[in-house]
Amino acid sequence: MSDQPVLELKGITKRFPGVLANDHINLTLNKGEVHALLGENGAGKSTLMNILYGLYQPTEGEIFVDGKKVDIHSPGDSIEAGIGMVHQHFMLIPVFTVTENVMLGEEETTPGGFLKRREAAKKIEELSGRFGLNVNPNAMVGDLPVGVQQRVEIIKLLYRDANILIFDEPTAVLTPQEADSLFEIMQLLIDQGKSIIFITHKLREVLDYADRITVLRRGKVVGSTTPAEANPAKLAEMMVGRAVDLDVERDPPKVGSVVLKVDNLTVMDEQSQVAVDQISFELREGEILGVAGIQGNGQTELVGAVTGMTQTSAGKITLLGKDIQNKPPRTITEMGSAHIPEDRQRDGVVSTFPIIDNLALQSYYTEPFSNGVVLNESNMRDNAAKLVEQFDVRTPSIETSVGSLSGGNQQKVIVAREFSRDIKFLVAAQPTRGIDVGSIEYIHSQIVEKRDDGVAVLLVSTELDEVMQLSDRIAVMFDGRITAMVNADDVTKEQVGLLMAGSSLEEVMANSGGEEDHD
Amino acid sequence: MTNQTEDPKEQKSDSGQTLIDELNKSMDGGTWRGSLQAALYPILAVFTGLVIGGIFIAFTTEEVYAAFRESIGAGLAAAWRSIAVSYQALFVGAIGSPSEIAEALGSGDREAIRSAFNPFLESLVTSTPLIFAGLGVALGFRTGLFNIGAEGQLFIGAVTATWVGYSFTNLPAIIHIPLALIAGFIGGGIWGYIPGWLKAKTGGHEVINTIMMNFIAFRLVEWLLRTYMQAPGSVNPISPIVADSAKLPVLGGDRFHLGFFIALLMAWATWWFLFRTKWGFSLRTVGANPNAARYAGMNIVSATVIAMSISGGLAGLAGANEILGLNHRLVPAFSSGYGFDSIALALLGKNHPVGVVLAAILFGTLRNGATQMQVDAGIPIDIISIVQALVLAFIAAPAIVRTIYRLRDTGEEGDLVTSSWG
Repeated sequence: MSDQPVLELKGITKRFPGVLANDHINLTLNKGEVHALLGENGAGKSTLMNILYGLYQPTEGEIFVDGKKVDIHSPGDSIEAGIGMVHQHFMLIPVFTVTENVMLGEEETTPGGFLKRREAAKKIEELSGRFGLNVNPNAMVGDLPVGVQQRVEIIKLLYRDANILIFDEPTAVLTPQEADSLFEIMQLLIDQGKSIIFITHKLREVLDYADRITVLRRGKVVGSTTPAEANPAKLAEMMVGRAVDLDVERDPPKVGSVVLKVDNLTVMDEQSQVAVDQISFELREGEILGVAGIQGNGQTELVGAVTGMTQTSAGKITLLGKDIQNKPPRTITEMGSAHIPEDRQRDGVVSTFPIIDNLALQSYYTEPFSNGVVLNESNMRDNAAKLVEQFDVRTPSIETSVGSLSGGNQQKVIVAREFSRDIKFLVAAQPTRGIDVGSIEYIHSQIVEKRDDGVAVLLVSTELDEVMQLSDRIAVMFDGRITAMVNADDVTKEQVGLLMAGSSLEEVMANSGGEEDHD
Repeated sequence: MTNQTEDPKEQKSDSGQTLIDELNKSMDGGTWRGSLQAALYPILAVFTGLVIGGIFIAFTTEEVYAAFRESIGAGLAAAWRSIAVSYQALFVGAIGSPSEIAEALGSGDREAIRSAFNPFLESLVTSTPLIFAGLGVALGFRTGLFNIGAEGQLFIGAVTATWVGYSFTNLPAIIHIPLALIAGFIGGGIWGYIPGWLKAKTGGHEVINTIMMNFIAFRLVEWLLRTYMQAPGSVNPISPIVADSAKLPVLGGDRFHLGFFIALLMAWATWWFLFRTKWGFSLRTVGANPNAARYAGMNIVSATVIAMSISGGLAGLAGANEILGLNHRLVPAFSSGYGFDSIALALLGKNHPVGVVLAAILFGTLRNGATQMQVDAGIPIDIISIVQALVLAFIAAPAIVRTIYRLRDTGEEGDLVTSSWG
């Protein structure tokens, strides 16, 4: 490590109309280090990086690269200064080859105007080998898996001789295996003298892979630390501004009678392929059954079948003793079921409607919100005011349209609506996907509270941590089947992870007999 | 080990989404407040449309070219003169002559006052069918349906209202008029129901089907006027005249009739239905987010059919209004494209009943004034179509108006308080 930082930000301030997105931010990046920038949605991370990338101009402040002051007015300036960015959403043209994508914007041609494709491909191959990227320069980008597309983005930066690489939420789109190999690549980059800024809100990644951590909150740097000094609770507290209880406290479940009974259920997906393959399980009052699995193993269709949103093709679903198979969603809702949908923007809210209307979405047609014809607006407003207060929805007013709230607050609106009814059965699909730590903590505690009130909870989540923390029992779904049904206390996180990847319960239990690994 | 997978599109709000949300938000509003702010863009759009329309007037006037051949100064003066004369005629035709109005009021002569205010009342007469049909189209848009068939529904509404109008001869007006109007609503409603049902049951797109239904309606009316509905003894394709008891009473001016107030009443009723009843709530939800509507247990099939039927019914009332209030008999060319104009003005009025009324009055006024402009200044009536088109273009692309007048994009500030800048 040299004493000269490769990148130094001094007093960067960015003011948007009515919002101070960055407030006098100082940040230094040393050569050969992974510097994690941690913060909740809206903390100002992306704004800061867009300034570095030349998309925004700072209102105040200076940027130094290798000790020299630079003015960055466009992405071109940024590349010139040796700064490169791997965007969260890739900037690739799917019908072009890797070589063509990499050359884009830097097209070197022969005197006759032909692209120097072969030279470029050779350079790509060389970079790919040097940094362990394993990319075929002649492959069509659209045919590549997401993880490899991300490596193409990295090659684009290396091709342009970037020394400072910015990764914006790089693992958001990756499978766990892809994420692991990304971190190996990042290590190789560091070994060869590159420096990395790594933006995320995932605490574990930061603690495992960063050299230094800077936490942003509401546009300000609230502190810098290192993984050795920090722990998840401390980082969460820095991000949120108060102590966050990451571990959900739960009493043992008081299990009652069967609420939901699924028998040999088969559901087809939209392409008429078998998505849920003859599964059976029971769910009882006062317990949380966590359905773990990697996205796309039939969870979406299972949730659709038990909430009436998806047609089933065989089997039987019984809710509170009544057959609910292929019944309309409203019938199921009126029997006392609640549903936090997987895709909240698509199904859960009407983003152009005010909070008032969204909180009445499931019961607008009945007392107290309607007398059968006319809506009772004052009751709807009272309800909204009460729930916004009770569920801590951060909003300027109850008339604010839900679309302008942050993801966490949108989710709280849904949770408030679903939990405020008298329910016996709750389906929570990806209840905390993409939302901030504070909201996650709150929603988890609400789910556990419902369970303690005797509600039967079907929790579907691709986040292993969430399933482990909340569930009393865990069902692992793989390829449309439930491959394991275990008590949450009997398994470790690693074992569930293996089950999610397709291992059988016997294999997993046999291999990890004497292991003592409780996370 | 990282087992977290997240949906990337939920990570931050991009500017495109913000813009869409903003547009939808401005379309929304169960309350009457904030209308001043909402009116700013339409007013500027109309103003800009008239300015550019003026340039068209100058370019299409022979004398201006002649004057430019003499000198630039004379040319500019002639251009200015032609625009001034045209717009003065437009104004007088649409609103009335201020001096005449003042004189008439001063003299206190009833006949003079009636005549002075007649242009203004005529504008309202022209606006009336536009209000009815515009409300229908707006209600469809609110439910996410593009009812392009207002013109056909208007024709069928006219047919049924005419039939009720001349078939019953000894009813009191208090019964006959509502009966004929209801018949118009039902006629148009059936013409809207059919594409609505086709969409719900077969997925057939309502844009295609309503356009087809338009053609069927036009030809059906022509056929009926040659057969069952042709006036006895007539060789022309005209129906019998409706009974006096079915005619909407004239309230002032030459032709200003009750229909205008019925239209205002329907605007209020549409607003009440959309924003105050549970059915309106579910229609608006289906329009704003059909997935969430399904999740909330709303019946999208019935919402589609109901919305198309009511939408058609309102357009049918426009046809009934023209027959019972003005023509008193069905003739082939009784509508000058009101149903088509109503699509544009529903957008101009941001699919809100109040906006529709204001937009309809604007269009009616421009149309009525254009006739006078053609007579007085020899400017083709089509110039007003150009102005209308320009106004719509500016409404559809608020960014243009914003750029021209260097308006700041207000509204965004407050809305993004809790949104992500990160």
